[in-house]
Amino acid sequence: MMDLAERTARMTVRVCVPTPLRRFTAGAEEVTVNGETIGRVVEDLELKFPGLKERLCDEGGRVRRFINIYVNGDDIRFLSNLETPVKDGDEVAIVPAIGGG
Amino acid sequence: MAVPIDKIRGRFERGIGPEERERLRRARILIVGVGGLGSPAALQLASAGVGTLGLVDFDAVEISNLHRQIIYRTPDLGRPKAAVAAERLMTTYPEVSVESFQERLSPANLLQIFPRFDFIIDGTDRIAAKYLVNDGAVLCGVPYSHAGVSGFYGQTMTVLPRRSACFRCLFPVPPPEGEVPSCQEAGIIGALAGSIGLLQALEALKYILRIGTLLTNRLFIFDAWVWQWRTVQLSPDRQCPLCGEQPNIRQVASIENEDCG
Repeated sequence: MMDLAERTARMTVRVCVPTPLRRFTAGAEEVTVNGETIGRVVEDLELKFPGLKERLCDEGGRVRRFINIYVNGDDIRFLSNLETPVKDGDEVAIVPAIGGG
Repeated sequence: MAVPIDKIRGRFERGIGPEERERLRRARILIVGVGGLGSPAALQLASAGVGTLGLVDFDAVEISNLHRQIIYRTPDLGRPKAAVAAERLMTTYPEVSVESFQERLSPANLLQIFPRFDFIIDGTDRIAAKYLVNDGAVLCGVPYSHAGVSGFYGQTMTVLPRRSACFRCLFPVPPPEGEVPSCQEAGIIGALAGSIGLLQALEALKYILRIGTLLTNRLFIFDAWVWQWRTVQLSPDRQCPLCGEQPNIRQVASIENEDCG
């Protein structure tokens, strides 16, 4: 039997990385990270792909207002922001404002 | 000048009935930015039988535009886009009436132009301009289609002012300069921009014809690199600075940013 801490550490989510941020993930459009909340997911992203957190969060650690993060299609701003829980197999999508045309 | 319906019979009668054709003929659609998104959208809307198209573009045709802005040709280099595009549309589709605005979209001219149209296609190529179009469309109460593209990645949504989420409900404030890769940095794939521009044209036609389900309260995201598309759910944000319960944007403000070549 795994204890809670062990199970939490194994929470694995898929993160969809938009084109403008793929230079941080060596071009990967989807990466797998661990964490039990979006905040933890962001930390693990930074650990694995240094520089990514600064693109997602401001100096105060809040998600930047021109980037949204969705858990299974729902905006975390309308859930619990970085405290939003995630569970094994969830899909996290990073969606930035895009300017070209 | 709109041409009587009997003269355009044959060109537009495939697939839609007389009532729909008449609706299209009476429609006024504004395209802001006749570039990678706006060029294919304009051609498609004109070919579909839309009676009046408005074109807003300040730029002249440059060589770096031609890979994606398919309404222009090499001999058009250096000529004003709004004039060239109007000419091309009216030559190809004599029934369409084109109103060109050879000026940069601004808070002042937007208030004059937007209310005269039924639907707006945001074909701008700068993030600041996209906020300007959003703010103007919401404050003027004109439905519009937003889109943004970067490389093989594009996204679009439809906004019915004060009835569905606007771009600021999604992203409340514009990113600072340099935070969003410019066209020069990210590059634009012409076929991707064209695909999204055509989706915008499709949405304009659906709105005018009052058919189907509009792309409201959803953002459609297309990643052509890996053939993946998704729609994320949106809802009007009660804290939206533009259309929320206590808005702090009550008039359209000016924004400055760099152009895309």
